[in-house]
Amino acid sequence: MDLTDRAEHMQFREEVRTFISEHRHLAPEDTTHSYRLMPRPYSEEVKNWQQLLVEKGYASRTVPTEYGGFGAEPDILKSKIIADEFFKANVPQGLFGQGISMLTPTLLEHGTEQQKKEWVERTIRAEVFWCQGYSEPNSGSDLASLQTSATEDGDDFIINGSKIWTTSAHVAQMIFCLVRTEPEAGKYDGISYLIFPMDTPGIEIRPLQTMTGHPSFNEVFFTDVRVPKSAVVGGRGKGWKVANSTLSHERGMLSNANLSHERLQKIEKLLKTERVDARPIGETAALMDRFIRLQARVQSMRLHEMRLISDAAADKPRGLGDMVCKLIGCELNHQLDSLAIDILGETGVLYDGIPSMELDGIWQQLHMYDLGLIIGGGTAQIQKNIIAERGLNMPREPRPAQG
Amino acid sequence: MEFGLSQEQLLIQDSFRGTLERLVSLDTIRAVSNSSHSMDKDLWTELVELGMPGLLISEEDVGTGLTLFDAAIVAMELGRNMAPVPFVATAVMAPLALKLAGSDAQREKWLPRIAAGEVIIGMVLSDAIHGAKRGAGVTANNNKLSGQASFALDAAEADALIIADAEENLYLVSADAEGLECNHLPSIDGTRPLSDIILKDVEADPLGNGSKDGIAKIVNAGRIILAAESFGASEEMLHRAVDYAKERRQCDRVSGSFQAVKHLCAEMAAELQPCQALIWYAAYAFDSLPEEAELSGLLAKSHMDEIGRFVARTATEVHGGMGYTDLMGLHFWFKRIGFNRAQLGSPEKLRNLAAALQGLSGAADTLLQTAAAR
Repeated sequence: MDLTDRAEHMQFREEVRTFISEHRHLAPEDTTHSYRLMPRPYSEEVKNWQQLLVEKGYASRTVPTEYGGFGAEPDILKSKIIADEFFKANVPQGLFGQGISMLTPTLLEHGTEQQKKEWVERTIRAEVFWCQGYSEPNSGSDLASLQTSATEDGDDFIINGSKIWTTSAHVAQMIFCLVRTEPEAGKYDGISYLIFPMDTPGIEIRPLQTMTGHPSFNEVFFTDVRVPKSAVVGGRGKGWKVANSTLSHERGMLSNANLSHERLQKIEKLLKTERVDARPIGETAALMDRFIRLQARVQSMRLHEMRLISDAAADKPRGLGDMVCKLIGCELNHQLDSLAIDILGETGVLYDGIPSMELDGIWQQLHMYDLGLIIGGGTAQIQKNIIAERGLNMPREPRPAQG
Repeated sequence: MEFGLSQEQLLIQDSFRGTLERLVSLDTIRAVSNSSHSMDKDLWTELVELGMPGLLISEEDVGTGLTLFDAAIVAMELGRNMAPVPFVATAVMAPLALKLAGSDAQREKWLPRIAAGEVIIGMVLSDAIHGAKRGAGVTANNNKLSGQASFALDAAEADALIIADAEENLYLVSADAEGLECNHLPSIDGTRPLSDIILKDVEADPLGNGSKDGIAKIVNAGRIILAAESFGASEEMLHRAVDYAKERRQCDRVSGSFQAVKHLCAEMAAELQPCQALIWYAAYAFDSLPEEAELSGLLAKSHMDEIGRFVARTATEVHGGMGYTDLMGLHFWFKRIGFNRAQLGSPEKLRNLAAALQGLSGAADTLLQTAAAR
């Protein structure tokens, strides 16, 4: 165990700190998280900050320079230093999200030279907002059963069908989308991964009202949508493989112990400042007991992530340890939200637009949003199957009949 | 940054794991558990060869001069194999007590003998941690101890005891001293002796350089080691459950092909995985990050106690009726995890202490006025 930085990393940490202190006045208030809770076009301030971070190598740092990135060698420890220092300074990190974190690595891995040139730089600079067209009304956890069709017509495909749970479709300019191009092929072999603009004729977007009251998901309908064949990423019929490389990015993205730690710190403040009968609420032993329970969980997840990062830096293979993060991390966040609501008591049920409330009902919103994350991105039950089957080598679920 | 075991630590892990797997069988555990002894002497001798009792004792004192992190690695292996040998008191807490509170002469007298496995030392700190109960309490008068001390750890096989009096001063007492009575307390874990100690004017050797902070540190080390042992025991229970579920057939398929069973196993694995880093870090903090050591220890043991209980019951459940029988012997691990949970502070108590330590608990609780809360 050696938790100190080596000289190179020590110097890098200093560089990051210097950057933050010299530029923090330019930092926007909005973070990736606030955009996720309420999707909307990026503000100029957010774009400028993102572009500064990309230029300095604090966002999308391993993207090659010919595609607008910083071109750094992958160094997970440096990535962690950036994340930790931005977190400690309470300054927004580089944006993540479907275009930057999911599409970009996929294009770099599977895209043609022209696709990379055309999209990567604009995406990481937050000039293009992407959405992801994966799930369908009848294909959720069994994604490969998707039915949206793309029929060949000369140099184009004609797309018909619909998608659901499409985050941010109502603000996105582009979509990366799974469609069935080879209906005769097996279930996993007939899928292609397409990218095309959301203003292509024949696309209809219906925001999906959710329990939070803030639409973040949509239904997207395709009626004879014409897309050139050059929109395929990774080859016709190879979409399942391409999509799976993207899904693994998503699973990693959804767990983030720093986020849990931030919530824990806010709850600690609540415990110290909220009062009942003129006494700090932290004197309520039952709430304190819950707080310390969650503190231990947050601590264990932070350390567990540190261990995984250290293992990755030493080129150890991913395994059981990586598989548990989404399940445990999402559940933990939801429990933190629950505790915060309970500490607030009656005021904990107040929601949007109460000016007297410092946090404007944010805990209730998170409590619902985080329940959504337990379900989204591979439900908790799917995560348990993955842990049992791939992590513990238990028998696999029988696959649905090959279509 | 390197978060994990060094090459040397991997070797320590391997050598203990190999020796324990070779020497500890269900029969070994059962034999000790059913006997009036609480340890396997042959196993003890082999583990002494590996340097187990001297892990934390410096090389000048004929120990191996390693860290609490190394001891935690060993404790994980002891728990995994349900080793019926004393460890936390004689190999961890007693050497620390001598180092922190003993005189040069006391250290020279005892540490080499502990390291060589010639003497076993029991620890009698329960009253200092929990407050005296049932009329217990030890008072000192001119270095003679009188009274009763409850829940002594590893005292049954011990040659000497380290006892805290009501003022939280530490004393070394020979186990065969005149006026000392050691009454065995039958517990769920027959391989972990618990005793009540009755003292009548017993000659005692004060560990005179002690302090309340010193006791807190000794107890913290003990907690981290118990958490590590419960982690190893829990991992073993999970592995047994998974192996059993892959073989046991019901309704023409292995039971582990049912999602209801698979998901129990996945939940155990998911809860256990992060515990390892939590415990490693607590041990590392004890060695290297003094300002974080106490809180890390409290969080590690309280969390591991909860996850341990969950894994112990769930792994038993995955075994179906067989898990409940004595045949599989799974209950030995179940009981070790349950035993450790109650020692040196149960999770509720540790969380109370953690709250107080962080200035989060305004309520005065006399039970908190012990070790960590100060």
